[in-house]
Amino acid sequence: MTHPHQHNRPEGAPVLKVTDMKKAYGAIQAVGGVSFEVRPGEIFGVIGPNGSGKTTLFNSMLGQITPDEGKIELKGQDVTKCGPLELNRRGVGRTFQTLQVFGKMTVRDNLIVAAQEHHGSMFSRMFAPSDSGLGAKADALIDQFHIRHVAHKKAGELSYGQQKLVDIAMAFMSEPDLVLLDEPCAGVNPSLVGGISTLLKDLNRTRQGSFVVIEHNMDFVMDLCHRIMVMVEGKVLAIGTPEEIRSNKQVLDAYLGN
Amino acid sequence: MKKLNLFITLAVLAVFLVVPSFLKNYGIHIFTTWLVFIIATMGLNLTVGYAGQKSLGHAAFFGIGAYTVAILLKAGFSFWLGLPVAALICFFTGLALGFPALRVQTIYLAFATLGFNTALWLVMRNEEWLTGGTFGINNIARPSLGGISFDGNLAYYYLVLVFTVVLALLLWGLLRSPWGKAFTALRDNAIRAESLGIDTRGYTLLSFAIGAVYAGIAGGLYASQVQFIDPALFTVGASIMMYLMVVVGGPGYFLGPVLGSAVGVVLPEWLRFAQAWYLFIFGAAVVMLMIWLPDGLLSIPDRIAARRASREASAARAAAAKAAQGVQA
Amino acid sequence: MTDFLQLFLSGLATGSIYALAALGFTLLWQASGTINFAQGEFVMLPAFMMVVLLGSGLPLYVAFAVSIVLSVLVLGWLFKRGLVDPLFKYGMMPIVVATIGLSIAMRNGVRAGYSAEPQPFPQVFPDKVFDVAGVTVSAGDIGTFVFAMLLVVVTQAFLNKTVTGRAMQAVAQNTESASVLGINVPRMIFYTFAINAVLAAAAALLVTPTYLAKFDMGEGLGTKAFFAAIIGGFNNSRGALLGGLIVGVCENLAAAYISPAYKDAVALLIFMVVILFKPQGLLGKKEERKV
Repeated sequence: MTHPHQHNRPEGAPVLKVTDMKKAYGAIQAVGGVSFEVRPGEIFGVIGPNGSGKTTLFNSMLGQITPDEGKIELKGQDVTKCGPLELNRRGVGRTFQTLQVFGKMTVRDNLIVAAQEHHGSMFSRMFAPSDSGLGAKADALIDQFHIRHVAHKKAGELSYGQQKLVDIAMAFMSEPDLVLLDEPCAGVNPSLVGGISTLLKDLNRTRQGSFVVIEHNMDFVMDLCHRIMVMVEGKVLAIGTPEEIRSNKQVLDAYLGN
Repeated sequence: MKKLNLFITLAVLAVFLVVPSFLKNYGIHIFTTWLVFIIATMGLNLTVGYAGQKSLGHAAFFGIGAYTVAILLKAGFSFWLGLPVAALICFFTGLALGFPALRVQTIYLAFATLGFNTALWLVMRNEEWLTGGTFGINNIARPSLGGISFDGNLAYYYLVLVFTVVLALLLWGLLRSPWGKAFTALRDNAIRAESLGIDTRGYTLLSFAIGAVYAGIAGGLYASQVQFIDPALFTVGASIMMYLMVVVGGPGYFLGPVLGSAVGVVLPEWLRFAQAWYLFIFGAAVVMLMIWLPDGLLSIPDRIAARRASREASAARAAAAKAAQGVQA
Repeated sequence: MTDFLQLFLSGLATGSIYALAALGFTLLWQASGTINFAQGEFVMLPAFMMVVLLGSGLPLYVAFAVSIVLSVLVLGWLFKRGLVDPLFKYGMMPIVVATIGLSIAMRNGVRAGYSAEPQPFPQVFPDKVFDVAGVTVSAGDIGTFVFAMLLVVVTQAFLNKTVTGRAMQAVAQNTESASVLGINVPRMIFYTFAINAVLAAAAALLVTPTYLAKFDMGEGLGTKAFFAAIIGGFNNSRGALLGGLIVGVCENLAAAYISPAYKDAVALLIFMVVILFKPQGLLGKKEERKV
């Protein structure tokens, strides 16, 4: 089972480099020395049982919490201490596990607000047009995500699956170099999962951004990702291509097999 | 802007333009006060309704504006200097008040703004050398511009109306710009907003500062209108009334302050016929209003639309079920 | 020194009344997120209930018992079902404004419907004075303090030691988990409102003999209870007790040593200082920002 996009193995200086990250909560070592790299244009999956430290890792990478030890480098620059605002300005986008669209704004406005702060200064934005010139970009994403028919509705009125699509689209509006997707398939109708996978592959191909994806849906991860990292109890068990991971005995024992 | 909204706005404007010329001094006074509170609550609506902050100390800025203008007028300066100075002082004080908002969560923020209001009220009451203490400041002059004197109540009313319209247009422009969406994002989900690059700290501070400026200008206009001010006008009770006006009118609705101020300023006057019972009716009316319309008076159109949408949805579902039955049969 | 002790002790008595009102206020907030701006009027209403009942010839303790029942019905059940339940899911703003309207309505309803004049109220405790090591303490102060503290202790014991009480605490901490555990959340919330009504009625009994029943007696009391609750720690019921006592004592001391004019300002000032340096109150815990 080879996939066309996996033939173009991303190379080059890493977009994201995490070195020996550690974070403990009291006596619990949530993340105990994790290191990995994400290459430009790569889709990097992170899997592991609940409690393996994936969410803590994510939150550290996204500036919600500061790690006890370790370094996070984005495009060669140390961003370990940066908060979510700073990281977004430097080119990191994310989606959340729980739906976080702005329910009272239209879908289109949700997309516009997702990128408007990257244009001009607060002061200049006072005089900018309502859509900050992002109307065309928003429309393009709306078409790509096939949500044209609900674009004018308030985001809160959409179905869960549609809101999820808006959520993902918002992360891409500011054209970040790195997008972190936290369980993009959670709670989504199985019939929509394939669509999300296709969307992400398209976005990856056309925008050359790197993605880091946490997911529990194995088929989804194996199909989508160039490389996968398996975490167990706060440590990295294995990093490799889907084939390597699938045939890794340790991983099978610890996680996949049973 | 939808045609209906435009029509309503113009109708409201027409009322404000035409009606007072038929009223006597007392009626003009009510209308002028109504406008003053529209300005003040427009500012509070920005802070509380659009940006989702908690502010129970708005009357403090109203007071800073009033006292600044009154003191400067008494010292011989022009009204047209006093008002901008008041606005500036309120801007920076509002910014300063925004800082606790960054550190402190919702309910405690409300308390902090209350504390700020009471602190300021204490200063107004005790610093006689500056504010006249409990005696207040009287004989506050009316302004003049070019050759026009605004000593007459009707003339002053129209001046205040000009201010109201200009300030409303400025606010409208601000909310239509990207700032409007940024405020909504800040209000509805600050954490998500931050992850999208929205400077929640900056917008929070500015929502307080701009809200304060509006209250300050309103206060300055009020000082010249009533020509006598004392600390009793700027208590926590006054702040709570302004908060009430914003919530009753409809937080986050642009014309909410018009209705809310009507409820707070005009309604008690209408109820005077009920004599001793008028405040009871007012209080009961507020309770009923909140239970019936928790999102404020201006949420009525949205509710009607929502009810129609859900009726259409259940009708569609019923039709689909019928069709399915038809197929099965 | 004896003066100081005297002021301190009578301050404790007044403070214990504030503590009752503050405790109810805090419990309401914890259980249902309701900021009750009408809390002062919740004390005023039972006071007038008792005035009316006494006027029809009933003895004081019967009037008190009846007013407790009425308070639970009106200020507990009716308040919850009529105002809080419909507005619960709309966030803080509508409930806050509704209680503001309620306080205006109650205050002016009594004023217009009954009287604007202060109404006399019988003494609850005998008019005796005790001399304890040179310090003069009135029976009223001792009685007030003991009665109020007893109520607070009983309430705390109920909340901490009984099954129902612990269920109420569970609801206050996490409503969703509580209902998953099978706790009847609406009933627990009602019990909280009922307790608030009882505490308010008790506060009415203790405060009215000295200050008389007047339609606006709730204003000052409500404000002080509000400040006391915040000073002590809004998410902690022991904080309400501490806050109330602190306000009561400092008020008394300020009135004597600085000036009577500053009596009301004291609660304000302590409140501001606490807000500036420890916004969660003296005994409160920092509340986490929810993601």
